Amino acid sequence: MTGFLGVLKRELRLALAGGGEIMTLVLFFIIVGAIVPFAVGPDQVLLARIAPGIIWIAAFLAMLLGLDRLFRPDRDDGTLALYRLADMPLAGVVAAKVIAHWLTAALPLILASPFLAMILAMDGPAFLRTLISLLVGTPALAAFGALGAAITVAVRRGGLLAPILIAPLCVPVLIFGVGAISTLGGPGQATSAMLLLAALSLMAVALSPFAAALAIDWTEE
Amino acid sequence: MTQRQVQHPIHLQTQDLACGRGDVALVQDLHLDVAGGAGLLLRGPNGAGKSTLLLTLAGLLHPLAGTVHISGADPDSGPLVHHCGHKNAVRARLSVLQTLRFWCEINGGGGLAPEAALERVGLLRAAQLDANYLSAGQQRRLVLARLLVSPRPVWLLDEPSAALDAAGQSLLIDLLAEHFATGGLAVIATHDEIILPQLSTFTLGGAP
Repeated sequence: MTGFLGVLKRELRLALAGGGEIMTLVLFFIIVGAIVPFAVGPDQVLLARIAPGIIWIAAFLAMLLGLDRLFRPDRDDGTLALYRLADMPLAGVVAAKVIAHWLTAALPLILASPFLAMILAMDGPAFLRTLISLLVGTPALAAFGALGAAITVAVRRGGLLAPILIAPLCVPVLIFGVGAISTLGGPGQATSAMLLLAALSLMAVALSPFAAALAIDWTEE
Repeated sequence: MTQRQVQHPIHLQTQDLACGRGDVALVQDLHLDVAGGAGLLLRGPNGAGKSTLLLTLAGLLHPLAGTVHISGADPDSGPLVHHCGHKNAVRARLSVLQTLRFWCEINGGGGLAPEAALERVGLLRAAQLDANYLSAGQQRRLVLARLLVSPRPVWLLDEPSAALDAAGQSLLIDLLAEHFATGGLAVIATHDEIILPQLSTFTLGGAP
């Protein structure tokens, strides 16, 4: 447990001391969301309808940006070898990193989402549902992201490979994430989508540390 | 260091060990037997496979053939091996003390307190400094402090004396002598002279 907290503390300290990184992600998130109205035109009704999808896509892309700093710097400076000889399972290290990744790459986006909702002319209840679905669904994105980053950590210049690799895995998250927001599917549809999203998140967070640890053990020469 | 190391004489043995990178075998049919309280100096030209052998002994690389076996250790005492490679695992934006505390947390404590270990290696004055500001020799000293905060019976050191000054070299020899006195063993790849009665020399052949 000491080791788990130690990894978590170190990741948060590095992310916060870096300063710019979190801010960059948040700005990227807002800018992606903000340029869509320019592309689809100033139709308020249309914007409000597709807003949940836009917010989810912006969050997805922004979270992909942070993937490369998950394992690669540790591999480059030798910390990854240290983790493999540490007095804790590698899966525990990955789990701590998934949590830290969510705290530093997803939570700031969720906090910034009201701003985006305003730009996209969302109404109050729809925004509330978006907030909840982001809270429930982004852990799955963080977990899948860690898996992709772990698989590609040994690949030189594999920075772009991880997003390509995990995009298909993230499709269900996006489907149910947006499904949990929109009210178009009839009564009860949003609730069941939300429950499926929660199930997906729980499963991904529970299993991905083991899969990622296995990937690191195999690919590290 | 801990008492258990004295009670269980530890052995590092290899059987028909072959190791290398990819499919290229650098070291073949290696039979090593290092007992607790003694050490082995690995020598050989650049590219002879010293670092590869150390990585294989640590379990970080899979052997191409043969086995590495560490016997005589208490199986409940956690990992047995410290491996110090070329990379120091030092990251900018973390202070020296934070770095060492982090190592202590993931490797398990039981040895010196981080502050005491820093004093031992002569880095206490720099404790609050960003670890990335340390010179190459100071970073090696910080790595030596990692060995002190989490006692483990097997030390695998890859050029530990590189970049160390004269005082650092004698510090390294003192630490090794203490490690041997508590029953630990060490395998050290080096080009420098490390003179201790417990150390024997093993030379790896000159591969390309």
